[in-house]
Amino acid sequence: MDFLVFQYPMITIQACLDGLLLGILFALIAYGMALQWGVMNIINIAQGDLVILGGYIAYFMYLYGIHPAWGVIVSPIIMYFVGIAIYKLVINKVVDRDLFISILATFGISILFMQLMNFAFGADVVLANSGYGTTMLFDNNVVLPNSKIFSAFISIVFAICLVVYMKRSKLGRAIRATAQNARAAKILGVDTEKVYAATFGINAALCGVAGALISITFTIHPYMGLPYTIRSFMIVIVAGLGNLPGVAMSGMGLGVFEEFADYILGTEFRIGSVFLLLVLILVYRRFKLSRKREYLK
Amino acid sequence: MNKNSWILYIGILVFGLVAPFIFPAFKVQLSILCVLIVLATTWNIQGGEMGYNTFGNILFYGLGMYLCASVQVGMFFPLAEWTESGGEKTFVHTPSQFFQGMAAGLVVAAVVPTIVAGLIGYAILGLRGHYFAICTLGLGVAAGEISGGIEIIGAGQGFTTPPFPNIGGLEARGEFFYFLSFGALVLTFIAVRAIYTTRFRLILNAIRDNEDKAEAMGIETMKYKITGWMISAFFCGLAGGIMGGLVGYIDSTDVAFDGREMGVFMVLMAILGGKGTLWGPIIGATLFHFFKEGFWTFFLGWQYVALGVLIVVIVIYFPEGLMGWLREKYPERFGEVVDEADRKAQVELK
Repeated sequence: MDFLVFQYPMITIQACLDGLLLGILFALIAYGMALQWGVMNIINIAQGDLVILGGYIAYFMYLYGIHPAWGVIVSPIIMYFVGIAIYKLVINKVVDRDLFISILATFGISILFMQLMNFAFGADVVLANSGYGTTMLFDNNVVLPNSKIFSAFISIVFAICLVVYMKRSKLGRAIRATAQNARAAKILGVDTEKVYAATFGINAALCGVAGALISITFTIHPYMGLPYTIRSFMIVIVAGLGNLPGVAMSGMGLGVFEEFADYILGTEFRIGSVFLLLVLILVYRRFKLSRKREYLK
Repeated sequence: MNKNSWILYIGILVFGLVAPFIFPAFKVQLSILCVLIVLATTWNIQGGEMGYNTFGNILFYGLGMYLCASVQVGMFFPLAEWTESGGEKTFVHTPSQFFQGMAAGLVVAAVVPTIVAGLIGYAILGLRGHYFAICTLGLGVAAGEISGGIEIIGAGQGFTTPPFPNIGGLEARGEFFYFLSFGALVLTFIAVRAIYTTRFRLILNAIRDNEDKAEAMGIETMKYKITGWMISAFFCGLAGGIMGGLVGYIDSTDVAFDGREMGVFMVLMAILGGKGTLWGPIIGATLFHFFKEGFWTFFLGWQYVALGVLIVVIVIYFPEGLMGWLREKYPERFGEVVDEADRKAQVELK
């Protein structure tokens, strides 16, 4: 089984392309995580659940006969307000506190969302059929669903829009200033409370876009949130905060890794391998950092 | 130790010994409570005393659960055939086989996780703060996902632990598991209490308060961190082994490596009671068990929603826990000397 990948180059190409297109989506979610981590110093365990919730919004539009691609517009708008609500209810009470408190609080939100979605939408694996058909490459050996290409394209568009917005707009500037030094920003008249709320809202909106795209391209399920959180966390620590090309690159790298893990180890080990990779990356990082610390000794 | 605390300990011990006969209907609940207290107390060594907030102790718990059941079956019968037959019992343990297997299984369930903790400790415990928390979270989920793919321990369909032998029926089964878990609880309490009176606890507290400074003072922090984790792992493994027999059925993600439930529960129980104290996790676990059973009875279907809300409320409003609150209120009782004038001056400053 292991040699399948090398004997049949087409499978390799298929896995690479699938992984790249998937990775762009991961990078979009990770960008949201990097944003809130950088600005508020919060690690949001409920990130993945926001993604899934965004996916269900698109799925519902599909159920009511609207083309799910419109979910890409509707879902972030709804999710923005969901994000603001979560911020007002919970996050603003844990922003300045110990990081572990925020991890636990968002873990609680994650459990809450998981169950609410389970009640509201049922425990079935669903997908919103976009009916985009497929593209065949290399003598019909490589099959690429058009929806994947569409989702990668939309993710890139949203990422570019956001980058431009952060660079040009007044709010974007305020967000960047808060990320650099919240106290100084406050002194200079930035309403950091508002900035935090907006950041969390933007993050939730990004999750909404990604979720809508995932519901078109892959499948969604109420309990599938945590792997997305872990993936985005992993991408952010590999790329570092505020390194956008790095986020895109490591996102795509993770996508390709996952596809290969899927082919080589089997689908049942796919999620397991993602979590194991996280542990390995953290351990590698620890040894790299400890070597740096030894200079001091 | 003064006279009052002796009376308290003996009172609790006597209550523990007669409890299953006073409340025969709650034997299973009481056994689960004992296991929960063990888990919360050992989490507290990590999270409370050492300041390393782990979600990963579930790894040792699940490992202990699988190991105990596997040894218990594997000592007498082929393991693969046992798991393949699932619920249909082709092999039956005689009483002596069951108890021998259980004893051997519990030893393995306690020792192997300790060794695992020692082996991975050097790599994992070098991480700090939230990296450590997320890494251990990943470790627990990865263990669940991977064990869910291994055929010999039942893969996706689960693993039925050997049923209690046919002596005395349900009553005897309940009493056996109750005294097993109560024994584990007593063992844990004695061990943890002994640890907390030594220099070891002070070193762990030093690591929590400022690790770099502790290192600069000449403490080999890594050695102590690993030892602390190994102690946690030992008791978590033991608790897992007992819980496996008690539940009677092991599933990789829903029972053994259940990071979403047990993995968060142990953190919550310790926080609810007050981390960094001896009695905090015990009180927290007891309270939490009541809450949880209440949710499961009155909000059936909505229990996880209630649980999520409970987590958020505890974390936001009671991060210091019950003991922390009491300590704030009655500092004299905790052996703290309060200078009233100084205190008032500080309050005015604020």
